[in-house]
Amino acid sequence: MKYFIKKLISMAATLLVVSFLVFLAFAVIPGDPATAKLGTEATPARVEALREEMGLNRPIPVRFAAWLGGLLQGDMGTSYSYSMPVTDMVAEKIPVTLTLTLMAFAMMVLLSIPLGLYTAKHEGGTADHVVSVINQIIMAVPPFFSGILITLLFGLILHLFTPGGYVSYTKSITGFLGYLFFPALAIALPKAAMAVKLLRSSIVQEMRQDYARTAYSRGNSTRNVMYRHLLKNAMIPVVTFLGMALADMIAGSIIIEQVFNIPGLGRILLTSISNRDYPVVEAIIVLLAFLIIFINFLVDFIYKKIDPRIRVQ
Amino acid sequence: MKRKNLNFILGSILTGIVLLVVLAGIFYTPYDPTAMDNANKLSGVSLAHPFGCDNFGRDILSRVMKGSGTTLFVALSTVAIGTFFGVLLGAFTGYFGGLLDEVLMRIIDVVFAFPSILLALVFISLLGPGKGNVIISLGIAFIPSFARIVRSEFIRCKNMDYVKLARLAGAGHLRIMFVHILPNTISVLVPAVMIGFNNAVLAEAGMSYLGIGVQPPDASLGRMLSEAQTYIFSAPGFALFPGIFIVVMVLGFSLLAEGLKRD
Repeated sequence: MKYFIKKLISMAATLLVVSFLVFLAFAVIPGDPATAKLGTEATPARVEALREEMGLNRPIPVRFAAWLGGLLQGDMGTSYSYSMPVTDMVAEKIPVTLTLTLMAFAMMVLLSIPLGLYTAKHEGGTADHVVSVINQIIMAVPPFFSGILITLLFGLILHLFTPGGYVSYTKSITGFLGYLFFPALAIALPKAAMAVKLLRSSIVQEMRQDYARTAYSRGNSTRNVMYRHLLKNAMIPVVTFLGMALADMIAGSIIIEQVFNIPGLGRILLTSISNRDYPVVEAIIVLLAFLIIFINFLVDFIYKKIDPRIRVQ
Repeated sequence: MKRKNLNFILGSILTGIVLLVVLAGIFYTPYDPTAMDNANKLSGVSLAHPFGCDNFGRDILSRVMKGSGTTLFVALSTVAIGTFFGVLLGAFTGYFGGLLDEVLMRIIDVVFAFPSILLALVFISLLGPGKGNVIISLGIAFIPSFARIVRSEFIRCKNMDYVKLARLAGAGHLRIMFVHILPNTISVLVPAVMIGFNNAVLAEAGMSYLGIGVQPPDASLGRMLSEAQTYIFSAPGFALFPGIFIVVMVLGFSLLAEGLKRD
């Protein structure tokens, strides 16, 4: 319990620092949002009035406090280019990106754990070699290129989905999930390859430990030794990787959304970057940051569950 | 044992091909990579244009040659920035420890939790797109990973006998850090740099694909892919050749790293 509270406090501190850094970065960049909004031909008096109205004349700590206060109440400011609340713009996109990321994550786990176990069990066999060669190649393919290849193969040649035919989740849940299947696969493949490699080497290492030999000598079957004794230990480095992979997948979905024309967070993030629409960029970055920090917090927890040695410390 | 050699040999061949193409591209390309030719729009593979032409009738082979040069240049500069500052930061925090270490490592931990492409996006949105800014953004995003590795190596080494002896011999801190300890971290640093290089290639390609990386008229493999996507069905070669080139580049280097690692 003490550990939990300590972790919670450190997570809150990290969140605070991150949001301050992001806010600071966007507050000190050259370029005045008021001038940008009014255009260069506006009179200085009007610019000044708008600056006052937007609260740009207050010192940075005050502005940060106001921004953070708004953020905590679900108010993320107003978009410069669309003049609408950022919260409204972002809220309907979050489920899209989140579903895509989680689907990709599920695929990665479902693909990599059986394959990792299988290749470790048959270490040095033909299947092991074939998988490791395929892995090496998949890891070298950038996700957006595999996205394009998947579009070509499954979309245009095999007609399993319509490229660009995104279906909103408000219209049809199954259509929505169906469309996200292939993009999720493009995100999951390279990560799954890494996970297979890691899990395989981690299990192979555990197999050589004394306790594995002891378990065998007590009459356990290979199956029993693998699942009841080895897997728990072998999963420790893999859990760290899965946590990092999930964070990477959130970032990866930004690119894949472009490949498959999915209107998610990545899409508004990119348009906002090219429009220099800072409140939106700021909000999305902080949102993603919160998500990633929260994932790390969860990983720490799962860690403690599977490794009692960490609990003692 | 045989595997290791195979990895190394294959990696050298692939990397050799890439380097050859890039070096050749600096001095010679079959066509001007920006010259447009309306007659050859999206023409397929032919003797005159071995990789075909793109939607403006530009020769894809020439563009791949120039584009991989750009990608390689960005990746190398990125890794150079990341390694230089990473080593500096890691050396000072690892060697001296104390409050500075505590504060810097906390910040680095936070930064490290972020996917580097996301970090680079933040910097790009602050600096604006372009080749130079991509290098700066990715370079900064790569510093933490190098700093972490170097720091843990310095912590491991700083109480070793040879360091104590160097100190007794009257060597200053800087001399101990960079002349005595740094060479001993090479075995860890080199694979990290090679992995970093691959990540940089993938990140640059990704950013150029998104249109916030290298800007036209500079050719870039990532950008070519995003232009090619619309024509994927009618002219698959347009997307395949630049894509395969990225794969060869990354695969070659990772095989090379794999081959070196197990020595």
